[in-house]
Amino acid sequence: MTDALPLLAIRGLHKSFGGLQAVRGFDLDVPSGAIVGLIGPNGSVKTTVLNLITGEIAADGGSVRLADQEMTGLPPFRICRARIARTFQLVRILPGMTTRENVLVGRLFGAAPATLERARREVDALLERVGLAERAEQQGAQLTYIDQKRVELARALATQPRVLLLDEWLAGLNPSELQIGITLIRQVRSEGVTVVMIEHVMEAIRALCDHVVVMSAGALIAAGAPEAVLRDPEVARVYLGDDDA
Amino acid sequence: MADKAFVRWGIVLAAIAVLAAVPVMVSAYTVSLFISMLAYISLATAWAFFSGRTRYISLATAAFVGIGTYTVAVLSDHLPLPVVLAIAPAVGFAVAFGIGLSTLRLSGVYFVIFTFGLAELIKQLVIWFEINQTKTLARYIFVNASGTLIYELLLATAVVVVAGVWWLSRSPLGYALRVIGEDEMVARHAGIDTTRVKVLVFAATSAVMSLVGAILSLRYTYVDPNIGFNSLVSFQVLIMALLGGIGRPWGPALGAIPLVLLFELLSGTFPHHFGIALGLCFVVIVYYLPGGVMGLIDRWRLWLRS
Repeated sequence: MTDALPLLAIRGLHKSFGGLQAVRGFDLDVPSGAIVGLIGPNGSVKTTVLNLITGEIAADGGSVRLADQEMTGLPPFRICRARIARTFQLVRILPGMTTRENVLVGRLFGAAPATLERARREVDALLERVGLAERAEQQGAQLTYIDQKRVELARALATQPRVLLLDEWLAGLNPSELQIGITLIRQVRSEGVTVVMIEHVMEAIRALCDHVVVMSAGALIAAGAPEAVLRDPEVARVYLGDDDA
Repeated sequence: MADKAFVRWGIVLAAIAVLAAVPVMVSAYTVSLFISMLAYISLATAWAFFSGRTRYISLATAAFVGIGTYTVAVLSDHLPLPVVLAIAPAVGFAVAFGIGLSTLRLSGVYFVIFTFGLAELIKQLVIWFEINQTKTLARYIFVNASGTLIYELLLATAVVVVAGVWWLSRSPLGYALRVIGEDEMVARHAGIDTTRVKVLVFAATSAVMSLVGAILSLRYTYVDPNIGFNSLVSFQVLIMALLGGIGRPWGPALGAIPLVLLFELLSGTFPHHFGIALGLCFVVIVYYLPGGVMGLIDRWRLWLRS
C-alpha cells in the first residue's frame, strides 16, 4: 500500500442481522488506481460488505469515505452518482430491454447527466470497448452468459466510476472467456478506474490484484500481496481446509 | 423527413379538431358514449404510464376518481367551477404523494393488495364521515354543465394526457420507469432516485385520475360513496390498459375505446349479467392477448414481413 491518502477508506464497518454479527469491524484502504481483491470462503459476507459500501443495506456502525466525501448513510443512487459503481454476484440483466438500453441507464443517471443523444453515442462507444457492439439491439434475455457479464460491466462503467466494485464478475466463465475478462479489467484500470473485486478465481487474483484481503466470518484475517497472502497457512485453512468453508 | 412529420402533425391536429366538433354533429346519447371513452382513455393512459412501466400494479384508480368526484360534490356550491376543477387534481396529487411515500417500498403483490385495501378504506371513511357528520349518505351536485362542456373538458384532458405520455415515454423519465419495472435494484445502483421517480409519477398520474373524476361528476346530479368510489373502475382501467398493451403510449387508449363500447353493449343487453360478461372479457384478454392489441399488431407485422 502507498502512503498517499486512500481513494476509498472503510473504517470499523459493522452489521448485524438479528442476533448474528455478520460484519465485525471491517477496515479497508484502497489506494487510487489499485486493483484490490476481496477473497474468502462462501458465507464470509463479502457481498454484504459490498452492499454496505453501496448503500444497499445500512451499516450499524463504521464509515465509508470516497476521497474526502462521506458515503455512510447515503442511498445507493447517491453513492453511484458519487462515482462508486458495482456489478452483482447474480447477474442482473434487464431482460425486456436491448443491450444498449441495459447500459444506457448508467450513462443517463450516473455521475454526469447527459442528453439522450449524447448518452446513446457514448454508450455505443462503450459497447464497442467491451465487445458488445454487434449485440446492441439484442434483448437482454437472449444474451449469452459472458455477454450478460459484459453488459453489467458496461453498465457500471457507464456511470463513470472512480471506484468499481466487482462481485464475482469472473465466476462461471470458461478459460478463454476468463482471459477476455482479465484483459477487460486490466484495461479498465489502465483508464484510471480503481477496482475492488470479490473473486474466487485465484488465477485472476494473481494476474490482476496488487493487494488482497481475506475475510472469514465477517472479519479480515489476512492482507497483503497476492502471493504472500495465498501462502498464508491461516488463509489456506479457512479457504481449503477444515469444514469451516 | 420534415415534410412527413409536418403531415403527421397535421393529421393529428385535424383529428382533434374533428373530435372537438363531435357534440354538434351527433346525438346526446353518442356524446355520452364519447364522454365515457375519453374519460377511460385518460384513466387507462395515466394508469399504464405508472403501473404498466414500473409494474407496481395499482388498484387505487377508483379512489382517486372518487376523490375528484367528491371534491366537486363538496366544493361546487362554494367555489366557481374552474377553481374546483383545479383543486380536485391537487387533492389527488397530495393524497397519492402521501400514500406513495409510505407504500412504494412494498413490492409485487403486497402493493396490489395495499392499493385495493386503500381504495376500500377511503370509501368506508367517506361513508363513515357522511353518516356521522353530515347525517346523510348522498350529496347533490348542482353544477350547470352541459354534455358538450363535459365532453370538451374530457377531450382536452385526454389530448394533454396522451400527448404528455407519448412525449414522456421518449424521455429519460419514461425510460427510468421501465428500468424500475425491469429491476429496481439495478435502477438504484445505476443512479436513479427510484423513490422520487415513483412517488412523483404515481402522484401525477393519480392527479389525472382525480381530474377525470371531477369532470365526470358534472354528469351526476346525485352521488354517494358507492358511485363515487366504484372499485369496478380500477379493474376496468387495468383491463383496458392490458387489452391495448402497456408497452406503447397509444396502447391503453386503443384498449379503452373497444371496451367502453363493449361495456355499453353488455350493460344494455345483459343488465343483470354484466359482471359475468365482464369477467369473461378479463379472462379472454389475459389468456389470448398477453401483449395487448399493440402486441398483436407487432406480431402481424413480423408475420407479414417474413
